[in-house]
Order: sequence, then structure tokens, then C-alpha cells
Amino acid sequence: MEIFDVAVVGSGPAGMAAATTLARHGAHVVLLDEQPAPGGQIYRGIETLSKRDPALLALLGPDYARGLDLIHDLRASEADYRPGSAVWQVTPEKQVWYSRAGVSQGVAAKIVLLATGALERPVPLSGWTLPGVMTAGALQILLKSAGVKATEPPVLIGAGPLLLLLAKQYIDAGIRPAAVLDTARVSKFSALRHLPRALGATGRKYLAKGLSLMTALRRSGVPIYRGVRDVVIEGEERVEAVRFVSAQGPQRLAARLVALHEGIVPSQQIARSLRCDFIWDKSQHSFRPVVDSWGGSSMPGVLIAGDGARIGGAVAAEHGGRIAAFEALQQLGKIGEGERDEAAFAERRAQQGHLAIRPLLDALYPPPPAILNPHDDVIICRCEEVRAGELRAVIALGCQGPNQAKSFLRCGMGPCQGRLCGPTVTEIFAEAQGRSEDDVGYYRIRPPLKPLTVREFAEIDIDG
Amino acid sequence: MFERLTAQGKSVSVSFTFEGEAVEAREGDTLAAALLAAGVTSFRETPVSGAARAPYCMMGVCFDCLVEIDGVPNRQACMLLVAEGMAVRIQRGARGLG
Ligand SMILES: Cc1cc2nc3c(=O)[nH]c(=O)nc-3n(C[C@H](O)[C@@H](O)[C@H](O)COP(=O)(O)OP(=O)(O)OC[C@H]3O[C@@H](n4cnc5c(N)ncnc54)[C@H](O)[C@@H]3O)c2cc1C
Ligand code: FES
Repeated sequence: MEIFDVAVVGSGPAGMAAATTLARHGAHVVLLDEQPAPGGQIYRGIETLSKRDPALLALLGPDYARGLDLIHDLRASEADYRPGSAVWQVTPEKQVWYSRAGVSQGVAAKIVLLATGALERPVPLSGWTLPGVMTAGALQILLKSAGVKATEPPVLIGAGPLLLLLAKQYIDAGIRPAAVLDTARVSKFSALRHLPRALGATGRKYLAKGLSLMTALRRSGVPIYRGVRDVVIEGEERVEAVRFVSAQGPQRLAARLVALHEGIVPSQQIARSLRCDFIWDKSQHSFRPVVDSWGGSSMPGVLIAGDGARIGGAVAAEHGGRIAAFEALQQLGKIGEGERDEAAFAERRAQQGHLAIRPLLDALYPPPPAILNPHDDVIICRCEEVRAGELRAVIALGCQGPNQAKSFLRCGMGPCQGRLCGPTVTEIFAEAQGRSEDDVGYYRIRPPLKPLTVREFAEIDIDG
Repeated sequence: MFERLTAQGKSVSVSFTFEGEAVEAREGDTLAAALLAAGVTSFRETPVSGAARAPYCMMGVCFDCLVEIDGVPNRQACMLLVAEGMAVRIQRGARGLG
């Protein structure tokens, strides 16, 4: 088996910055990512776009173009970057198994640095499994990676900066959303107490960007419905309409395409499968791994950086990646503690500026109660088509927690392995049993974390 | 429901089949993007109720883009690039990941 000093998983801003830093300091580093090109979620497809379609690159905005520098540095470094590599197991001994072009291989590392980022929070609404319902991120991915846009104006439902960003990018691409259904309920005043903190120099830039997105949306004339609740997506074979109640009363809009978004949450799969400790983050309303100020998890030799450690955005992720890299270098004996602390100091300062806006964003866009504790008839587990009411029924019969619910209902047992029902299942238990989310816990996650073919399993070269 | 944004003069085209019908795509497209751009609205049918599903997340999370490629089920269309000559079919029913 190949041996590396560090195996970095995920080539978003955190993983790219980490791998580049590690390689520059002489560490032997492999960077594994399942996407065909570097960039992670934010800078997805940017290399191809910059060559093939500069106009689209310009349209996606300057924050997106920043990724080119990170990718350039990575490509220029000695880091062994392996695209198309889906990691399906990390063992406590730090063997990292991944599937690439239909073949599984393993590498051994002294340190594993997880930079697997975030995913969009599940938005379990009535009808969310119908073809034609996607996440806002999915529409953005189509735009970034394939230059594909909807022919039908989408109805955007939810709240948060990424929803606004998508609306703006779609308007600039020449397709005006049919409507924005804003589900935010917070009084803007209660969020305003976070303003002084957000108003550092960097925080002000984020605020200005947010405001300019809102202004662009208002100017575009796209109808915006505020205080939206009781959303039902209707359709037989695919989406046909959206029903909801807004500040103006009950409404119904015809729709062929719906994009949902209620913020993002850390991706948990690998760290969970390693039994790293997790904690419930009240302000971000999600679980996150317990990490120290260097990204060190509860498992020795396993570091976590970027949005997968805590949602902080792309630039904070980049700094976090470097901070974790300095820690890894120190653990490997490549640099001393003094050098590590000094190098990390500037990164921390810069990162603080980018994190300052977060409390405001968290306060402005808490997930609406309807998606945390959906109505009985809403499907919560998309794979096994388990409804919220079925879960509540087994809880009433004495089902103890998420893992027992798996054997009662098969929820969390389908191919997505609970990625899209886990958060809801925890919430429903917490609410029904009057326990905290920490106390309820989460599904136990077991490999393989990614689909393998039967042939792949048979051919795995364990000793290789 | 979806279309290409620009004329894309420079790109190389790739052909494959979906349910036996020829589909033209662009080199570098994920299979899911190519199928959506070609107007496909059902990628798989669920094992429980047989309901049609199509990509939800486009980033490898939801598994609603699972298709069968060259006879092999459970392929994540949003994570794979299109390749010349692929024979892609709707995934009907298959369960689990092995
Ligand atoms: C769909 C989506 C769109 C977003 N768009 C924007 C945007 O336009 N602007 C913005 O400011 N922020 C955006 N964000 C927020 C985003 O999280 C950024 O803050 C930033 O990308 C985080 O960087 P990161 O390095 O922590 O992780 P990411 O950029 O998410 O990178 C993680 C990488 O890990 C890889 N990975 C995950 N699991 C595995 C595995 N098992 N095996 C192999 N590879 C794996 C992924 O493919 C990905 O490339 C988006 C988030 C999402 C979910
Ligand atoms: S569309 Fe969600 S996994 Fe492919």
C-alpha cells in the first residue's frame, strides 16, 4: 500500500489550501476528491469555465474567480492530487480507501485531514421528492459545471445567502425566477444585535454583498412572497404547482421547477464513521465535530477543516485548511511548535474577519420549524419513503433512538445512508421525547460511504 | 426543462444512449447534467413505491440520480462524466449499495 504523511480528503478551498501548504513544507501528501476537478462546492468547474466560457465566469462573480489562484497553487505544488476519487472508508489505522474509475484502492497515511465541506440542509416538505424539485445548490452546480440553465423559471423556496446568490446568478444568466418564497421569520431587529460584531471591515464587505444581492433581486421585479409557511409541492409524476401561505394569505403558483434552500450543514459521514465526537451547535442548528483550535478531532491524527468542521464560508475554510496543515506539519516533526504558532497567527487573524458575519447570518436565517419537525404525511427518508408520522408512531411505541428506528422502519438504510434524513430523525426524536439533540445523537455510520459495484468489492486488493 | 447557456463552439460532443435512444452531450458534462439537458425527467424508480425520481442535489448526497450503466446498477449520474457509447438505463427498484 502506498504510504503518505498526510491524506487530505476534499479539494475545496480548505483541502486545496491544506494540501498546498503541506507540500510546500516537504510533506508527502495525497489529495483525494470525488469531483472530476478541484474547487469544491464554491469553485466547482472553474478551471474548465475559465478556459471555455469566460463570459459565464464573469457572470458568476468575483468571489468565484478567487478559486483560480488556489487551484493554480495546488497544481504548482508537489501534492499528489487525485480527482474522481470517492473515499468510501477511512479506518482508525488511517488507511483511506477510495473508488476511482470503478476500481478501489487504498493509501496509508500518518495523518488524515478531512475537508469534506458541507451539504445543503434537508428541506423535507410535502412533495419534495417529485422530479423537478431540486436544491438551489443543484441548479447552481448545473450552471457552474455544465453551463446548463433551466428553460422554465424556477420557484425558489427558502432563505439564506446562497438562495439570494442563485437568484442573482440566474437573473444574470437571463432567466428570471418565477418567484421567491422567503421562509425567514426572524424579526430583523433581534438579528441586529449581532451587527456591531459583523461590522468589522471584512464583515462590512459581506453585508454590502448581501444587500446588493437583495437590491438586485428587488429591482429585477421577481415577485417575492414574505413570511412563507405551509408549503406543499403538488404534482403526480412531477412538479405541477406550489401551494403556500404568505403574509398576503393563501397562494398557489403553477411550477415545473422548484429550488429549495435552507442553509448548509457540515458533512458528517467520514468523521461519524470514525466515531469522532460530535456536538450539537445551537446557533447553526446542526451537529458538528468537536475540534480544537487546530482542527484536531477527538481521534488522534484526524484533523478536520473548513465547512465540515463548522460553517464559516469559503475564505474562512481556506484559512482553516492552512491552520490544520501547520498542525499536521508540527505533528510530523517538519516544523516546531514556535513556527507553527507563528504561521497560524496570521491565518487566524484573517479567518476571524471572515467569521465575524456568521452570528448575524445564523440569527437571520434559522431553519423554519416546519422542516425540522415536518407534518406526519411528509416523507423524511427519501430512499425508503418513510414519513414523519411513521417515525412518530414507532417512537410512541417505545423506539429509543435513531439507530433503533433504522431497524423498525429502514429509514437511513437506503443508498444515501441517512445523509438526507439523519438531521430530521434526530429533531423528531428530540421533540417527541423532550430530549436534547446531543442526547438523542445521530445514526451510526458504517462504510462503504459511497456506492461500490459488486465487482469492485470482489477485486479489492487488501494487501496491495 | 433545461438548456445550454451558450453556443459552446469549442466543445467536443459525446454520444451515448438512454433507454436505447441516442443522446448528444458535451465532453466534461456529468451524466446527470447531460440527461437533464436532454430533457430526461425520470432517472430511477424507488424500490418501495416505484415513484419516479430525478436529481435533487447534483453533488453526490441524495442518490436520486442512480442509473444503470452498461448493465451495472447504482451508478451516481451526478458524479460521473459522460463517456462515448455508454448505454444508460433507468434504475428500477435496486436497493442498497453492494
Ligand atoms: C451546493 C453548494 C454550493 C455552494 N456554493 C457556494 C457559493 O457559490 N458561494 C459561497 O460563498 N459558498 C458556497 N457554498 C458554501 C461552501 O460550503 C463554501 O463555504 C466552501 O465551498 C467550503 O469549502 P470547504 O473546502 O470546506 O468544502 P467544499 O468546497 O464543500 O469541498 C469539499 C470537497 O470534498 C469532496 N468530498 C466530500 N466527501 C468526499 C468523499 N467521501 N470522497 C471524496 N471527496 C469528497 C467534495 O467533492 C468537495 O469537492 C456552497 C455550498 C454547497 C453545499
Ligand atoms: S443528484 Fe443527488 S446524488 Fe446525484
